[in-house]
Amino acid sequence: MGSKKESTFINMVIALFIVTGIASTTLGFVYEFTKEPIALAKLNKKLDAIKAVVPTFDNNPDSVKFEIPVEGGDPVMAYPAKLGDKLVGTAIESYTMKGFSGLIKIMVGLKPDGTINNISVLEHKETPGLGTHMKDDWFSGQFIDKNPASFKVKVKKDGGDVDAITAATISSRAYCDALTRAYNAFMNQPKKEEMLLDTTPATDSTIVASTEGGVK
Amino acid sequence: MTYFIIIITAIFVNNIVLNQFLGICPFLGVSKKISTAAGMSGAVMFVMVIATIVTYLIQTSVLAKDAIIEGVDLSFMQTITFILVIASLVQLVEIILKKVSPALYQALGVFLPLITTNCAILGVAIMTIQKDFSLMEGVVFAIASSIGFGLALVLFAGLREHMDLMHIPKGMKGIPIALVVAGILAMAFMGFSGLV
Amino acid sequence: MSQLKNFTKGLLKENPVFVLLLGMCPTLGVTTTAVNGLGMGLATTFVLVMSNMVVSIVKNGIPDKVRIPAFIVIIASFVTVVELTMQAYLPSLFDSLGLFIPLIVVNCVVLGRAEAFASKNKIGASIMDGLGMGIGFTLALTVLGAVRELLGAGEIFGLSIFDGSYGMLVFILPPGAFIVLGYLILIVNRLNKA
Repeated sequence: MGSKKESTFINMVIALFIVTGIASTTLGFVYEFTKEPIALAKLNKKLDAIKAVVPTFDNNPDSVKFEIPVEGGDPVMAYPAKLGDKLVGTAIESYTMKGFSGLIKIMVGLKPDGTINNISVLEHKETPGLGTHMKDDWFSGQFIDKNPASFKVKVKKDGGDVDAITAATISSRAYCDALTRAYNAFMNQPKKEEMLLDTTPATDSTIVASTEGGVK
Repeated sequence: MTYFIIIITAIFVNNIVLNQFLGICPFLGVSKKISTAAGMSGAVMFVMVIATIVTYLIQTSVLAKDAIIEGVDLSFMQTITFILVIASLVQLVEIILKKVSPALYQALGVFLPLITTNCAILGVAIMTIQKDFSLMEGVVFAIASSIGFGLALVLFAGLREHMDLMHIPKGMKGIPIALVVAGILAMAFMGFSGLV
Repeated sequence: MSQLKNFTKGLLKENPVFVLLLGMCPTLGVTTTAVNGLGMGLATTFVLVMSNMVVSIVKNGIPDKVRIPAFIVIIASFVTVVELTMQAYLPSLFDSLGLFIPLIVVNCVVLGRAEAFASKNKIGASIMDGLGMGIGFTLALTVLGAVRELLGAGEIFGLSIFDGSYGMLVFILPPGAFIVLGYLILIVNRLNKA
């Protein structure tokens, strides 16, 4: 190795130029190389969440997803799950801002008649050991096979049928809020009847159909 | 989100030091005296606001998807660009401050070089992007975060000044007791959670 | 100093977390579980070893005055490599470490070792130093994570030790991080003196 380079202006510029040049080229290659695995990992994560809440299906729900507008808030995303040509369930990615620490995102699996198939929590910042119990089976289990048309999705304190988590009523209420949002969106979705019969995604202006298939 | 909620959240509920664990190094390093703690907080606020504005503009006009060339997404260069921007900004601020306001430079100068590796600055810059803030929201967030930083730092320095006069078991002296005190301070700040 | 000593000094005598008090942000921020601590530690170790290696190779080609910016670019590149790779192959760990992955770039341990050791030593010694420091850092984070997970949730690495409902919640929350680290430093100080 040669002796240390002098700190002349030219030397400094050249050295920095070479270092940044090599760094950005390398990163460009790594980015290209990891682009597909990252997209795949994201898709798989979503598919896993959908799989966990709807009955067995064989289509790619992500390629036929559509948005359902929600009054006074962001729209929710719906993923229809089909076995053959038959709609077996719809996974709805719903949210609430009423959590103890703000946003909670859940994936709700609804059967075609609106009965709850299963629910999983996607994202939350609730207090560990209190609000986090909403992920437990005993809590989410009480919703399975219930239809919000007859089962009041509200904690018992508010006159509903839901057993709240001890010391985490706010988290329980928020959970119910997100669930209700998903159910209402599902029941009020425009052209619901057509969606159930039609196998191709609707392209109505209120329903933003995603056209790209598979990996995005 | 309204500005008010951003401010309250950043100062109290998600205090950048006691809840997010950013900027712990200066929190432990320059908190022996209230005066140095205040100086450090001032320098952090100064750089944090400027850095957030500059990185935000770079993110939206260069790095974001389709910003320069259609279909090109450079956001994977975020980390490397942001840290370079912050490092050069700190140098720049130092040079300008020296020329324009020697008095301010006297007060903040010694803290400036330490700020490059203060993760609170980079952390706030990245969070502004992640939270999808507008430029104005980002600025408010940066100001509130640095106030939160200053609050935690000055409170902690006050506690440590008092601790010098206490009888503390030999092994606990210095950093161990400081960390335990920080823990208790963090516990106090937890009382704010659920506020918004 | 022998190669072995370059490696072992980072484990206890000059442990970056317990003794040098460097890299405190990720140390406190991600250690809610032992697995998170381990993941963060290994990611940092990779960056440390690679940046130490590259810095010691190029040290003579870089003028003194632009040394720090050049080192930062090198470190930031490796951090981005870790970021992208984790996102692709370990997405759930990436989600739980979150912001602290890009923040490896401002972890004082990494820049500190590049500046204090790798820019003055040969490549072999620099790699050993990076590896030792990295493993010492990993060890510290894993222990801190394990203690917090055990006290707070009754588990270690997700294995149940006692009923989680008896756990002391505060140890998983932010205050627990400060308090457990304080006591761990006390213990390590004792060990080093003995």
